[in-house]
Amino acid sequence: MDVRKVATLAHLEISDEEVALYTPQMAEIVKYVEQLNELDIGDIEPMLGGLTDEGEATVTTREDVVRPSLTQDEALSQAPSPVAGHFQVPKVL
Amino acid sequence: MSLQKSISKTLDNAERLNPELNSFLSIERGHAEARVGEIKDDSRLGGLAIAVKDNICTKGLQTTCGSRILHNYKAQYDATAIRRLNEAGAIVVGKTNMDEFAMGSSNETSAFGPAKNPWDTTRVPGGSSGGSAVAVASGVVRAALGSETGGSVRQPASLCGIVGFKPTYGRISRYGLVAFASSLDNIGIFGQTVKDVADVLGVIAGRDEMDSTSADVPVPDYSAELDSDIAGKTIGVPRALFGEGLDDEVRDSVENAIENFRSLGANIIDIELPYANYGIAVYYIIATAEASSNLARYDGVRYGFRTEESTALREMYARTRELGFGQEVKRRIMLGTYVLSSGYYDAYYSKAQKVRALVKRDYQKVFTSCEAILTPTSPSVAFKLGAKSDDPLAMYLNDVYTVSANLAGIPGISVPSGLSSEGLPIGVQLLGNFWSEGKLFNLAHRYSAEFPLNSKPAVFAG
Repeated sequence: MDVRKVATLAHLEISDEEVALYTPQMAEIVKYVEQLNELDIGDIEPMLGGLTDEGEATVTTREDVVRPSLTQDEALSQAPSPVAGHFQVPKVL
Repeated sequence: MSLQKSISKTLDNAERLNPELNSFLSIERGHAEARVGEIKDDSRLGGLAIAVKDNICTKGLQTTCGSRILHNYKAQYDATAIRRLNEAGAIVVGKTNMDEFAMGSSNETSAFGPAKNPWDTTRVPGGSSGGSAVAVASGVVRAALGSETGGSVRQPASLCGIVGFKPTYGRISRYGLVAFASSLDNIGIFGQTVKDVADVLGVIAGRDEMDSTSADVPVPDYSAELDSDIAGKTIGVPRALFGEGLDDEVRDSVENAIENFRSLGANIIDIELPYANYGIAVYYIIATAEASSNLARYDGVRYGFRTEESTALREMYARTRELGFGQEVKRRIMLGTYVLSSGYYDAYYSKAQKVRALVKRDYQKVFTSCEAILTPTSPSVAFKLGAKSDDPLAMYLNDVYTVSANLAGIPGISVPSGLSSEGLPIGVQLLGNFWSEGKLFNLAHRYSAEFPLNSKPAVFAG
């Protein structure tokens, strides 16, 4: 596995020391999970999500009406760099 | 004792023991003392002091997930479970230590140092909800909330000698539980007794429109069945799973628990769960895949830590995440990214979803012939701090008996079954069919009433 490439995909800037640490560890874990390949399971439906039958049957829609939610100040209260009602970020280009 | 005095004593105990146990990441004295005046005399929980894992949102209080990336985060709203507890007259006294983003089985991946096991402070309390387990085991609180993705309540309950419970998926709203792997995550409950757990579940269970995966299933009176006779109930034992990796003392304790259940009139039968041995492999594909997506939100923009060292956006994201996340979290994000990446998706993720369906089918089949399944909770007693922290795969195997309940979505409860020769707690787990929480509480309550642990940890609030 090319750990550096996977880290880039995951938006992680990892050090050379971490590449050296993670490479054998992740190879061992991947080898372990590959034991699933020994199973001949045929055409079974995959289990998507964790819902029970009762959870599947639960009605999850509601009227589309406006309700109170976080105010602008509350939404910005935890931001590292809020400016004039916005989340500020470093330059994009 | 007045409620004010009792809460004050709880807070004093938490403060006194925390330097030794590190079970609380914050002790919320101001909040708790202010709550005392708001508790109505006829409230359901009557001012019950409760400790809350630090990945459950508590408005205005820190919610760090045990991570540097949220070290300064204060939740902007209450989780539904917290809102319901507050309305029923519970008092949150503190936020508890945990493995970072609930990724770990020993509490050692916390960015704020591990919680310690009160039975032997050189040992781990288990994880990921280690701090909540310790807060209950050390006698500071009677009940605590934790969370489970693969056993993170039942396993530390077992290692700390208390009761730990995971509900049916959809029983407790996840709104305000910081997401790790959404199809596996549950809020769970620790208690000194099964009744403590049943009382808390009765308050927080039930449909919540803020969580579309919470199910519209009536909430029974969980305390009503606690004392029912268990004679004639059938318990299945999957002995084929009690093999390699299981400590002899744990095996002996589980066999003893089986005999104890038999003495209470339970009917013990042999069962098979042929796909359960694949649980860990399935889990580490599905849980990491979902985590890689859920943890994408930590980017230094809307909340939490941001590096000051970057002048360009993408570099800021990557450096913030590099500095904000610990090793285990990064390892799992990368594993999840890998198993979902182009060319590997079918081989890993699709395959795991199919085997997950088979694990669930195993349980559905077995529950046509028994009302509960009994297994060890953890393959060993509490291990020494540092003993497994350099070997991720060895750490993952701690969850071998617990993960498959999360994959299937069924409820489970761990209760103490005895002490090892070194005086460390051992637990047994009962698993039940969907929505059978009341039956599990009945079995667990009758067992622990007849066969109590009768022993206290070395560090105890008294």
